Amino acid sequence: MLKFILLVNKQGQTRLAQYYEHPEHDRVSVERDIIRKCLAREDNQCSFLEYKNFKLVYRRYASLYFIVGVDHTENELAILELIHNIVETYDKYFDKVCELDIMFNLDKAYMILEEMVMNGRIVEMNQNRILLPIRVMDQATQ
Amino acid sequence: MPTVAKGDGMRGLAVFISDIRNCKSKEAEQKRINKELANIRSKFKGDKTLDGYNKKKYVCKLLFIFLLGHDIDFGHMEAVNLLSSNKYTEKQIGYLFISVLVNTDSALIRLIIQAIKNDLEARHPVHICLALQCIANIGSKEMAEALTKEIPKLIVSGETIDAVKQSACLCLLRLFRTSPETVPPGEWTQRVGHLLNDQHLGVVTSATSLIHTLAQKTPEDFKPCVQLAISRLSRIVTSSYTDLQDYTYYFVPAPWLSVKLLRLLQVYPPPEDPALRGRLNECLETILNKAQEPPKSKKVQHSNAKNAVLFEAINLIIHHDTEPSLLVRACNQLGQFLQHRETNLRYLALESMCLLASSEFSHEAVKKHMDTVITALKTERDVSVRQRAVDLLYGMCDKSNAEEIVAEMLSYLETADYSIREEMVLKVAILAEKYPVDYTWYVDTILNLIRIAGDYVSDEVWYRVIQIVINRDDVQGYAAKVVFEALQAPACHENMVKVGGYILGEFGNLIAGDQRSSPMVQFQLLHSKYHLCSAPTRGLLLSTYIKFINLFPEIKGQLQDVLRNNNNLQNADAELQQRAIEYLQLSTVASQDVLATVLEEMPPFPERESSILAKLKKKKPNVSDIEVVKEGKKSSNPPTLNNSAANTPEATPASAPVPVMAAAPAPAPVQSASDDLLGLSAGPAAAAPVTNNFAAPAAPAGGGGLLVDVFDTPPAQNNVSTALAPQAEENFFNMPSGETAPSGDASATELDGRFAIKNNGVLFENELLQIGVKAEYKGNLGRLGLFYGNKTSYPFQFFTPTVSCPGELASAMNVQTKPLDVNTVEGGAQVQQIINVECIADFVDAPILSIKFSYSGSMQQINLMLPVMLNKFFEPVEMDATSFFNRWKQLSSPGQEEQKIFKASFPINSDTSRTKLLGFGFGLLDGVDPNPDNFVGAGIIKAQSSQVGCLLRLEPNMQAQMYRLTLRTSSKSVTTRLADLLLKLF
Repeated sequence: MLKFILLVNKQGQTRLAQYYEHPEHDRVSVERDIIRKCLAREDNQCSFLEYKNFKLVYRRYASLYFIVGVDHTENELAILELIHNIVETYDKYFDKVCELDIMFNLDKAYMILEEMVMNGRIVEMNQNRILLPIRVMDQATQ
Repeated sequence: MPTVAKGDGMRGLAVFISDIRNCKSKEAEQKRINKELANIRSKFKGDKTLDGYNKKKYVCKLLFIFLLGHDIDFGHMEAVNLLSSNKYTEKQIGYLFISVLVNTDSALIRLIIQAIKNDLEARHPVHICLALQCIANIGSKEMAEALTKEIPKLIVSGETIDAVKQSACLCLLRLFRTSPETVPPGEWTQRVGHLLNDQHLGVVTSATSLIHTLAQKTPEDFKPCVQLAISRLSRIVTSSYTDLQDYTYYFVPAPWLSVKLLRLLQVYPPPEDPALRGRLNECLETILNKAQEPPKSKKVQHSNAKNAVLFEAINLIIHHDTEPSLLVRACNQLGQFLQHRETNLRYLALESMCLLASSEFSHEAVKKHMDTVITALKTERDVSVRQRAVDLLYGMCDKSNAEEIVAEMLSYLETADYSIREEMVLKVAILAEKYPVDYTWYVDTILNLIRIAGDYVSDEVWYRVIQIVINRDDVQGYAAKVVFEALQAPACHENMVKVGGYILGEFGNLIAGDQRSSPMVQFQLLHSKYHLCSAPTRGLLLSTYIKFINLFPEIKGQLQDVLRNNNNLQNADAELQQRAIEYLQLSTVASQDVLATVLEEMPPFPERESSILAKLKKKKPNVSDIEVVKEGKKSSNPPTLNNSAANTPEATPASAPVPVMAAAPAPAPVQSASDDLLGLSAGPAAAAPVTNNFAAPAAPAGGGGLLVDVFDTPPAQNNVSTALAPQAEENFFNMPSGETAPSGDASATELDGRFAIKNNGVLFENELLQIGVKAEYKGNLGRLGLFYGNKTSYPFQFFTPTVSCPGELASAMNVQTKPLDVNTVEGGAQVQQIINVECIADFVDAPILSIKFSYSGSMQQINLMLPVMLNKFFEPVEMDATSFFNRWKQLSSPGQEEQKIFKASFPINSDTSRTKLLGFGFGLLDGVDPNPDNFVGAGIIKAQSSQVGCLLRLEPNMQAQMYRLTLRTSSKSVTTRLADLLLKLF
């Protein structure tokens, strides 16, 4: 299962964090450590790294990093593509998503993520269905 | 160009975020955040009720602040209020806040539960979904108790819409994980299984996750799901990518669902029904076939999705471990990946292959790829990939290729990354033991291991080689010969000295016939290392010497001289002191017959599981599983050095060799310092080799009586009681011992405190560099060995340490620094530098070590004080009361005396104080002061220009927790400096 999803910019600032297993203590420093480790990796290194008793799977998009913590039963490549699917879904909703879109629409970004992953497991991977509730909401407020 | 927020843009939020982004410093950001927090607090507390829009805005701001790394401890109540809003957007933001900023306050939880209950009964499915998502993310035991009944109904009801079913599945999963007992199995369990047949793939995905977890708990209840999962999988893998439309991802049909189904099947053994089994194998073959088809897209997403399914299929094949043809096909497929240009694939292929190596069907197929894996070990640029290569080599090793694999691993070890060295050492040691070509090869391998990576050779490894040498008499002569040769290297690792000392002590006689390794030569060779070694090793060497006294009576005199040496007899280390005294007495008092019995050769060790394997298991639980599987599956156990070892995996803790008294395995009479050093009480090593296993029939609790009992000699030495008092090394300082090094610059004070009474330790450590020091002093001369260790995996270039004596020190001290042979310190490497110091006159400041080097392009500079204090050139003096008082009176002119009355910084303890004073260099004179609590000491500072006699009196006052310290010397500056140094110790 997934333990957390982090969205971080190149400066190491967290732009979105969702935990599915709440860290017992010291979320901030553990998070910083994880981010530092991922940002320090070079392009030719593989996208997985062992961290304490779990694994990190990360993927970089221009200046944004997606970092997912998973336990040892997860399929690394499936997680790598889950990240890509999240990005594509954001892209579809925000139309060429960038860091600012996430920052200024944090609630929407979380809501989309919520539709895709819940309790550390995949709920839905079909982009049209993911975006359905949020489109309903947008229409209601307009 | 700030983006326009979609939907109902919130201007206030945009302004706040822009402000934060414009902050130039961390402080400015903190200030802005504090201001905002205060603003939000006052808004929440204010009289005016906030409308939904404003509440939403503030909640968003709080979320943003949370992401910046601040903990939010308010706003939860407002968020809970939003839950009961009728507006979807407000409700959503309330749930979002609660899901992200969890708060376990129980009063709040009750309100949340109530809100969730209301929403679960709502008419709008979107509201139900929000409530379910919230439970799925934060569900607790309390929630489980309150809500469990509702959820299964939602899952199995025909009226529930798909999106709600999906959420409900994961919601139930959450509740089941938090408190399984509140989710009673019922009629719904069967119906859940049928969700695998649902038309909607989203529902199937969620249901598969739920069933997977439930089935792990009670596999029998969900056995019918195997058939359903296989038929679902079969439909997916045989469909064309156009069939599943929205669930096709880059031409791969439903990759995530396929992975999940394959994982679910790994809960069960292969299906017994032949038809079903055939169908599953067809699926797996189809997946393997697809891997060979030309890709439908060049995009990495396509190959990743396809390979995600492939790797999971291979996992299932390995899990079943019954279809040889599939296993070999899987192995060949992974073999192709080993040379793929994608690093990710190489990594995963190495990892999967490691599992395949443990199957008897595919072990041989895996071995064919040995050369590729060895190349990977040498050429991969990513350390995580190299680590996997090491794992795989370890996994594929057997009798046929052990020699080559061990040789490759040894040669890689010379340049291996810091992070994986210790594990590699363990693996090499295990392989060498498990698949020995012959015993001489085994001994050579382990000695090479110590030579190449001495620092990473843990105690278990060298205990083990000794156990094996002792148990195999055909290798003992050879072992003695090679350790003797190894010890002749100018710089040999301390672990080599330990092994060498131990083996020569037992079997030195086997090579003593040769003039080149005569008893005297052996002794001198060992003793040339003695002074460079740590206390536990010295202790071991003392045991070797007493064994030599038995083996080689002709050099008894020289050996006794060493034991009699003041350095040993009055050593500040209680363990060493005790050994020297007891061994000396033993060699003097006991007859040759008694000696021969007491110091007989060690009996063979009982055969049991290798302690190294136990250590590796502790370090890497995953690895051990493979090991166990492998052991269990092999029909015939591979020949091991200890045949019974493999048969008794219940792991009786392996005891380490006990060096000295074969005939008298008595309990250690005192809890000595070395016990803790070697971790005697914990871990698999039951008895550490340097433990004081003296021939004491009974162990009276502490006190000098022990010596009297055993040897019937009067306790002549005034420090006997110190030696026997229970004392762990930690007590010396009452502060973290040398292992915890200071970070950054060590200040003079800190340095004085830590190094005034010890010579070895870590001088400095940061993320890049560790500097260790080992020093020895004699008279006015001192020699410091500095060890510079590069902790990174990149080289330090232009590495230049220089030592300088600032100001007055230049005339008080001569420092000679041997320049380094190299100016590059490779990643993971350690270089040594010797510094000789000569004390000309008394001094205050310490010499300064400055180190410059270039690390990944940037210059680094570190300045440190070397731990050279005046008291290092101190030698103890013994005298009787009369001469003490005579000299005391002579030194009564002004300036010669320094008296300090001060509050104790550490708890007052007589034994500790005694140890500190001895460590400082004073000879302690008992019986001079009528009050036994007081200490009286004498010593001489040996500078080249003058020798300064020092007298000391230290009077503790227990009630007041104060000390009075009186020092008298013939030199004012010495008096002051010594008083300063002493002050920091008490």
